[in-house]
Amino acid sequence: MTAAAEGPPTLGIIRARRNALLLSEPVQGLALISPTFLYALVLLVLPILVVVAHSFWTQNYLTIDRTFTLENYRAALTEPIYRDLLWRSLYISMMVSFFTVVLAYPIAYFISFHGGRHKSLWLFLITIPFWTSYLLRVMSWKVILGYNGVLNSSLLGLGIIDEPSTALLYNSSAVIITLTHAWAAFAILPIFVSLEKIDRTLIEAAKDLGDGPIRSFLRVTLPLSAPGVISAALIVMIPTVGDYVTPKLVGGKDGVMIANAIQAQFGKASNWPLGAALSVTTMLIVTLMAGATVVIIRTAQRLVR
Amino acid sequence: MPEQGQAESPLGAERSHQTERPHQTERPMIEIRDVTRSYGSFKALDDASLTIKEGEFFSLLGPSGCGKTTLLRMIAGFDNPTSGLISVDGQSMEGIPANRRPTNMVFQSYAIFPHLNVEQNVAYGLKRLKLERSEEKRRVEEALGQVSLTGLGKRLATELSGGQRQRVALARALVMRPKVLLLDEPLSALDKKLREQMQVELRRLQQAVGITFVLVTHDQYEALAMSDRIAVMFGGRIAQVASPKEIYQRPVNRQVADFLGGMNFVKAEIVEESGASLVVDTLGFGRVKTDRPKAFVRNGGAATLGIRPERLRVLWDNATAKFEVAGKVVERHYFGEITHLVVEIPGLEKPLSVTETNDFGADDIPVGTSIRLAYDPEALVAMAD
Repeated sequence: MTAAAEGPPTLGIIRARRNALLLSEPVQGLALISPTFLYALVLLVLPILVVVAHSFWTQNYLTIDRTFTLENYRAALTEPIYRDLLWRSLYISMMVSFFTVVLAYPIAYFISFHGGRHKSLWLFLITIPFWTSYLLRVMSWKVILGYNGVLNSSLLGLGIIDEPSTALLYNSSAVIITLTHAWAAFAILPIFVSLEKIDRTLIEAAKDLGDGPIRSFLRVTLPLSAPGVISAALIVMIPTVGDYVTPKLVGGKDGVMIANAIQAQFGKASNWPLGAALSVTTMLIVTLMAGATVVIIRTAQRLVR
Repeated sequence: MPEQGQAESPLGAERSHQTERPHQTERPMIEIRDVTRSYGSFKALDDASLTIKEGEFFSLLGPSGCGKTTLLRMIAGFDNPTSGLISVDGQSMEGIPANRRPTNMVFQSYAIFPHLNVEQNVAYGLKRLKLERSEEKRRVEEALGQVSLTGLGKRLATELSGGQRQRVALARALVMRPKVLLLDEPLSALDKKLREQMQVELRRLQQAVGITFVLVTHDQYEALAMSDRIAVMFGGRIAQVASPKEIYQRPVNRQVADFLGGMNFVKAEIVEESGASLVVDTLGFGRVKTDRPKAFVRNGGAATLGIRPERLRVLWDNATAKFEVAGKVVERHYFGEITHLVVEIPGLEKPLSVTETNDFGADDIPVGTSIRLAYDPEALVAMAD
């Protein structure tokens, strides 16, 4: 019966091989990711390609001149208005992610180390602000920070100030305050997860080797939760650079960010190629900034050792 | 017929089985006074008192949940007694946090810092001492040498095997030169061969550094092989504190006897109880005179005698012994270097377990054979039930 095995593969064997191929892990893996992959391809990659293509073209009133040019990038990088807006956006997003992480860390720490049996309840409570729309949350900051707002009335009532302050609303600080509040939960969760993963005996070992609570936190807990801190910082930083609604509502003249300029190019100014070039520039700078953040935190982590 | 067993020389004269130990003194290093740890109504540790001497290798032995780890963690400062006192080197530990105690611990999971390499792990506790760089380096090298890890200083914790991680944990604690080294089941995660090798190494290391070691383990062989003295614990109480040999040969009660290995129990009737000796009647072994155990509590006229399976020897052919019992082999189990026989003795309610080395052919004794067993009456120990 060895002849059959030595001869050319029979139909049965071919079918078996095909089934084996279909059941193999890489094929199954591809099958599993393909819906998401197609979705991302159609709604993310293609639009980005369209934007990138536009950034090398020129707007000619109602038509688009499709000859290759770098003129849009020259404008995006050298026009003071765009440069200022880009810097301001980066500044705001960095401040927001800094404050968010600094405020979120103690909360995540508390839930992870002292939440006891109520950890999931605490996490649930953190999601409560998300039960209302983002616009409403931004509007409520207007109510708090406004000329006749809650904060001004309270400070007046307490006699701390004599007349309502106009420094609270319609500037970049207002944008930072609002965004910090809005993104807090997104920063708490990754930090919480990384704190949960820390083996508590490591902290005991640090104590055993002579560290008090502060030193053991700085030498063990903080470095081991760095992955959570990095992802929290990135999760906040990347989307806030391009935020458009918040500066529009609470930013006023001084809080305008790059996304508002991009929106203007695609809208009223009707200069799609320039808008596209601004978008691509912002994207690249955000990528660089995200990479730099990872490097900086990793370096800091190494120095603490 | 079984002969009357009579122990000529009582076991009382403690034969010194210990080698002379240079560092061991009679000075108490750890004193545990009436320590209780309760969680609500549950007592993890119940009124325990214990003195551990300087330079001693001391083991806390018991099944899981007996309170041995709780006691170790209280010595380390990770837990506090509900009542009672713990002192280390004459200093009360009350209110002193773990980071200011003269003890260091080797954790069961080793707790190697994953973000640091071997050297940084070992130097972790030294950083606080603000030593000179060369001195710190010298001490780290010395500690790595003590645990045979020289040259692996730059390895990351994640690149180490289980045995190596354990050595790092040891070096990290030893480099602090603690007065007491606490070891929480340090060998339980290793495979059998490595574990036996580490037992020997740990023992050797302890003798070399002369630090008081307190080991928590549930493995009786580990405790017997390494310790100077052992405390056997059950249900939050200390049942017996003694040398390995005494614990093994003269357990105070059935529970201790059972935990330390196989033991044949024989019902006995007390005939005479006087001072240090006890005369009992048994069905299988006849009248036996034995030592009266220190912690013996008379419970009516009944007592229990125990004899370890390896203290019964098969008598071949016409060989005779002064003390022997006759019976019939009902089961035989082969274990390579030894054979385990189950022998039914007329008059005994339970058959006797006998372990015999295989050098004379015990592995070939057919089930059903009538055999005679020799024993030393000294090996029959009386104990509380």
